[in-house]
Amino acid sequence: MKTTYREAARAALREALQGDPRVFLMGEDVGRYGGSYAVSHGLLEEFGPDRVRDTPLSESAFLGAGIGAALGGMRPIVEIMTVNFSLLALDQVVNNAATLRHMSGGQLSVPLVVRMATGGGRQLAAQHSHSLEGWYAHIPGIRVLAPATVADVRTMLGAALREPDPVFIFEHALLYPMEGEVDEHPGPADIRHAAVRRPGRDLSLISFGGSLPKIIEAADRLATDGISAEVIDLRSLRPLDIATVTASVERTHRALVVDEAWRTGSFAAEVSAQIMERCFYQLDAPVARVCSAEVPMPYAGHLEYAALPQTDGIVQTAREMCGRG
Amino acid sequence: MTTAVADPLPDTTTVTQQHGLELLRQMILIRRFEERCVELYSREKIRGFLHLYIGEEAVAVGAINALSPEDEVVATYREHGHALARGTPPGTVMAEMYGKATGCSHGHGGSMHLFDAGRRFFGGYAIVGGGLPIAVGLALADKMKDNRSITACFFGDGAVAEGEFHESLNLAALWKLPVLFLCENNLYAMGTHITRHQSQTDIALKAGGYGIPHDQVDGMDVLAVGAAVRHAAEGVRRGDGPCLLELQTYRFRAHSMYDPELYRSKEEVAHWRRRDPLMLFTARLRDAGLLSEADLAGIEHEVAVEIDRAVVFAEDAPLEPVADLLKDVYAGVP
Repeated sequence: MKTTYREAARAALREALQGDPRVFLMGEDVGRYGGSYAVSHGLLEEFGPDRVRDTPLSESAFLGAGIGAALGGMRPIVEIMTVNFSLLALDQVVNNAATLRHMSGGQLSVPLVVRMATGGGRQLAAQHSHSLEGWYAHIPGIRVLAPATVADVRTMLGAALREPDPVFIFEHALLYPMEGEVDEHPGPADIRHAAVRRPGRDLSLISFGGSLPKIIEAADRLATDGISAEVIDLRSLRPLDIATVTASVERTHRALVVDEAWRTGSFAAEVSAQIMERCFYQLDAPVARVCSAEVPMPYAGHLEYAALPQTDGIVQTAREMCGRG
Repeated sequence: MTTAVADPLPDTTTVTQQHGLELLRQMILIRRFEERCVELYSREKIRGFLHLYIGEEAVAVGAINALSPEDEVVATYREHGHALARGTPPGTVMAEMYGKATGCSHGHGGSMHLFDAGRRFFGGYAIVGGGLPIAVGLALADKMKDNRSITACFFGDGAVAEGEFHESLNLAALWKLPVLFLCENNLYAMGTHITRHQSQTDIALKAGGYGIPHDQVDGMDVLAVGAAVRHAAEGVRRGDGPCLLELQTYRFRAHSMYDPELYRSKEEVAHWRRRDPLMLFTARLRDAGLLSEADLAGIEHEVAVEIDRAVVFAEDAPLEPVADLLKDVYAGVP
């Protein structure tokens, strides 16, 4: 059936709340307001204030409380309104959620799911446009997922709740109105593998989350030029399914990684390094990256557009890699 | 108006002999255990940071003995005393200090990160204030599951300056969660005196701002601590919401092992040493006719033997194989 990314995310939450009495949702304005992006709209009425909890603006306290509740046998889903505000809870993520199993010698388990909106492109300027998935992917002890399709946002939550470790799900805010196909009663997603969204021969376009539609559009345009691009959706950033990536690059011999984060220290840098380590002798061109400009995100629409990866730039870089510059 | 914990505290001057001797034994165990740690640290058997609890033993012993075994305990990086008072065997604590596989955290945590899930000891948190949200969450789980357990959350006066303290008190009070906040006020945030890090030095009073009942307790008096915690825990367990106790105490030793103590005077330390919790309680038990010289010698001997055994256990314990370095980062293969 056809639905939107937003509705699919809500259906996943509803299914999780229906399926397990230990599951509850908490975050800022998830209840009476219905969620900043209307993802949790109607859930308070359906499940009550005990299981759909509006929190104060205390990211560190309620994310930490999610960790504690998970230690105490619950299955919390914590919504951080946006990745930008998650910085206020980083201590709990880095020092507690990610460490407790190992630091306790395997005695403790933190089955926590954290969801948050991410990304730029809506003229929200320098404090509301971050793409920090790569920062989170740096941290051993947590899993990082980036659902880029309606089907993935529908099914990744259920899979995340089955994990005994903390899982962070990044939903690009521009994807919420996107329409797509999803089964009416889908099973939990495979969250261990990247997906080949479109097969191709001449180069691999590799990305995740909000940039997936851009690389698919780029692949369409390249096809009209006679360039066959394979589209790889990473889906999980930690752990990274590098095998799917290298298998693709071994077929196409060219890799272009697209990432909405700043280029320096980006997740694209990690993917690029791993391709170089594993596929150096199969490459017909240096691995290329299209990332955001190294600037705090400007408000003005034309400047923001120029700062973010766009299909034009992806197509242009891909053409150059294929000797069609 | 929120005031101090209501009702007069129970009489703290009486204690049964059996309970009194057990409290004394635990305090002596913690003191002697840490004195041995100092020696082992200088011999480089123990490395990393080592924060001693010496001087503050009445707080952990008084408080933890007033809890039930089902209650959760969250502590700080100065938590040897709490783990020992909770019943974690001295051998596994010592082996942890040695970084051994049979340590209570498999050698992954060290002095600052002792864990004992079986005793619901949820660990030592070494980012000041970082344990408070965890405690709030444990209490939330208890409340949602209708458990009768409460969570005792230890932290120092330094944590009171952290945002996580205020966020956690607010959330716990807002949701009426069963948390007992236990502030070990030893007057120093590392080397900064409370008058130099708090605009309002009455810590208990801050809880009032969140509508949380609060009280100040002599943290050098193990019976006073026990009585106050028992009393506060009753209300928390009943569903009255969180409570905060400020336990006024003093750290006799350096903040960590290397600390020239430029920030406080010898006179100040000497003044507090006259209120040594072990000395006070020993005298009190003696005066009440509950402790003979032979009893005391017996406890000291028993503790010395226990610590010797703990050291032997730690010395003989195996190291975790390097091949297992990545074990327990995730539950299984990621």
